[in-house]
Amino acid sequence: MSSDYVIEPIEESDSKNEWIIRFTGQMGFAGAGPLIREIGDRIREEKPERVTADLEGVRYFDDYGALVLYELGKVVDQTEGSWSVRGADEEIQGFLSGADFTQDNTCTFARKKRSTNMFIRIGDATLKELKNLRFMVSFIGSIILSLLYVIRHPKSLRVSDTINHMERTGVDALPVVAMIGFLMGLIMAFMSSIQLSQFGAEIYVASLVAFAMVSELGPIMTAVVVSGRSGSAYAAEIGTMKISEEVDALYIMGFDPTIFLAVPRIIAAMIVVPMLTLFSNLFAIGGGLLVGVFMLDLSLNTYIDQTLYALTLKEVFWGMFKSSVFAALIASIGCLRGFQARGGASAVGTAATSAVVTSIFMIVLFDSIFAVFRSYW
Amino acid sequence: MGESPIIEVEELVAQYGEDRILDRVSFNVRKGEIFVILGGSGCGKSTLLRHMVGLERAHSGTVRIHGDDISDTDRFHEILKRIGVLFQGSALLGSMTVAENVALPITEYTDLPQEAVVEMVSRKLRMVGLECYGNHLPAEISGGMKKRAGLARSIALNPEILFLDEPSAGLDPVTSAEIDELILMINRTLNTTVVIVTHELASIFAVGERGIMLDKSEKGIIAEGNPKTLKDKSTDSRVRRFFHRGGNGIE
Repeated sequence: MSSDYVIEPIEESDSKNEWIIRFTGQMGFAGAGPLIREIGDRIREEKPERVTADLEGVRYFDDYGALVLYELGKVVDQTEGSWSVRGADEEIQGFLSGADFTQDNTCTFARKKRSTNMFIRIGDATLKELKNLRFMVSFIGSIILSLLYVIRHPKSLRVSDTINHMERTGVDALPVVAMIGFLMGLIMAFMSSIQLSQFGAEIYVASLVAFAMVSELGPIMTAVVVSGRSGSAYAAEIGTMKISEEVDALYIMGFDPTIFLAVPRIIAAMIVVPMLTLFSNLFAIGGGLLVGVFMLDLSLNTYIDQTLYALTLKEVFWGMFKSSVFAALIASIGCLRGFQARGGASAVGTAATSAVVTSIFMIVLFDSIFAVFRSYW
Repeated sequence: MGESPIIEVEELVAQYGEDRILDRVSFNVRKGEIFVILGGSGCGKSTLLRHMVGLERAHSGTVRIHGDDISDTDRFHEILKRIGVLFQGSALLGSMTVAENVALPITEYTDLPQEAVVEMVSRKLRMVGLECYGNHLPAEISGGMKKRAGLARSIALNPEILFLDEPSAGLDPVTSAEIDELILMINRTLNTTVVIVTHELASIFAVGERGIMLDKSEKGIIAEGNPKTLKDKSTDSRVRRFFHRGGNGIE
């Protein structure tokens, strides 16, 4: 049940521009909006000189009712009329005197404003990034020291946690990595065959697929999948632990959070991601083989021989080395973003997103560095 | 103060799987009173509250608010407009500022112009003493402030019934007393019926007009009445132990 109203011009008045607004029913939150809009619009339109709100028929009144009267009073003021209230019982009087809407509301919704000055904003952003960089450098240092500590004290490694992370990062990712590898091989073989067949060089499809996957695309694609699956999970897990003070509890109990949380994840990733890359390469070669045998009429033996001819053990190890570096990057960045999480639930989401974006950027950056290094090697 | 029951709990059985928490619990809450649900840890206080606000479905029995069965899905949305709940951890949405949290039910259930929404949010924040914290995120304010902000959000629509789950938990005595005063103020100024789940003795005596005490082994009510009377006159050893902090209250 909401409020109803009738607007009555006072007939005995000299001026026709005097109103009584008779409110009836309940003046609570239901219907408050339409009352303010409808009556306010009429007042603005007809500009009465004097308006009286009659509350005798009101059965329920709370601060939403008081808000309606306050807002209408403001509109009457704006149209240079006069506003009064009558028929308010003791309870309504209480609400009207207690509803302090006239106070300053500037600090309620005012967002902390960012400066409009470009130099200040650039400066702020630079300082923020420097602070971020400082945390990153100290975290990398902490990881290196923790890994050295674990090498010197192998018992300090949480083996069960490491195995658990190996399973989650490696075994659980195998189906998706295998599928993506297979499809990549298939696509590469198909696309390259269109060009190579013009020169009768279909046989080199096998070399291209094998070389490209093992030395470049296998490590990159696997790293991208792992950063999406596991890097974000690391950030979300550690971020949640940070927000719920579990990381602080570990620290107070004498555990080093880096050794307890980050090292098992980094070691697990560095072990399983190169293996995943190998599987990805194998499935990609399988995809290429399917196209070579069924579309290009190459024999199985010819395709395998050409693949083995194109590959060297050095290429395979180079790809696995890169994978291992990518794995260390993904796990470290995931843990870093988790440890940086501050605030509430949204901070966990931000940490996970940031972990994936930063990981992919770093993977591509390091791959470029490796490519330059390789060209001079 | 009216005598008509605004909440009727009848033969309520609450259980999780095979684990029965409450067995055939019945009581009424009268309009306009401050009703406390007391008891030690794990006796089912919060479970009872969750059943009363419709967050859990009763195994059997009914909860009626203003005669409407809380399990009636057609009426549930209407019932929700009449009640406000302050959760134990305040449950403020972390991505929104305090003011946006308070504005959320107002913008959802009313058609007020933006300016009027700001006026009302400011009033609610002033009522709980947080007028200048509206632009802060929940992570930027203290535990006591979060409770106040949660309280402001729960009274945003002037609910007929306010359910408070451990409003003083984890707060210092001064802040706890301030929350008690706020509850009394809301009860008086808005004529709100208040149902509080608590085991804080100071709060129970400061605000409780009537209440029930639950017991874990009984899985139900072992005492009902005014908290001060229960403390002074109850002969039940479990009630005396609760009110006398483990002792029997005999000098």
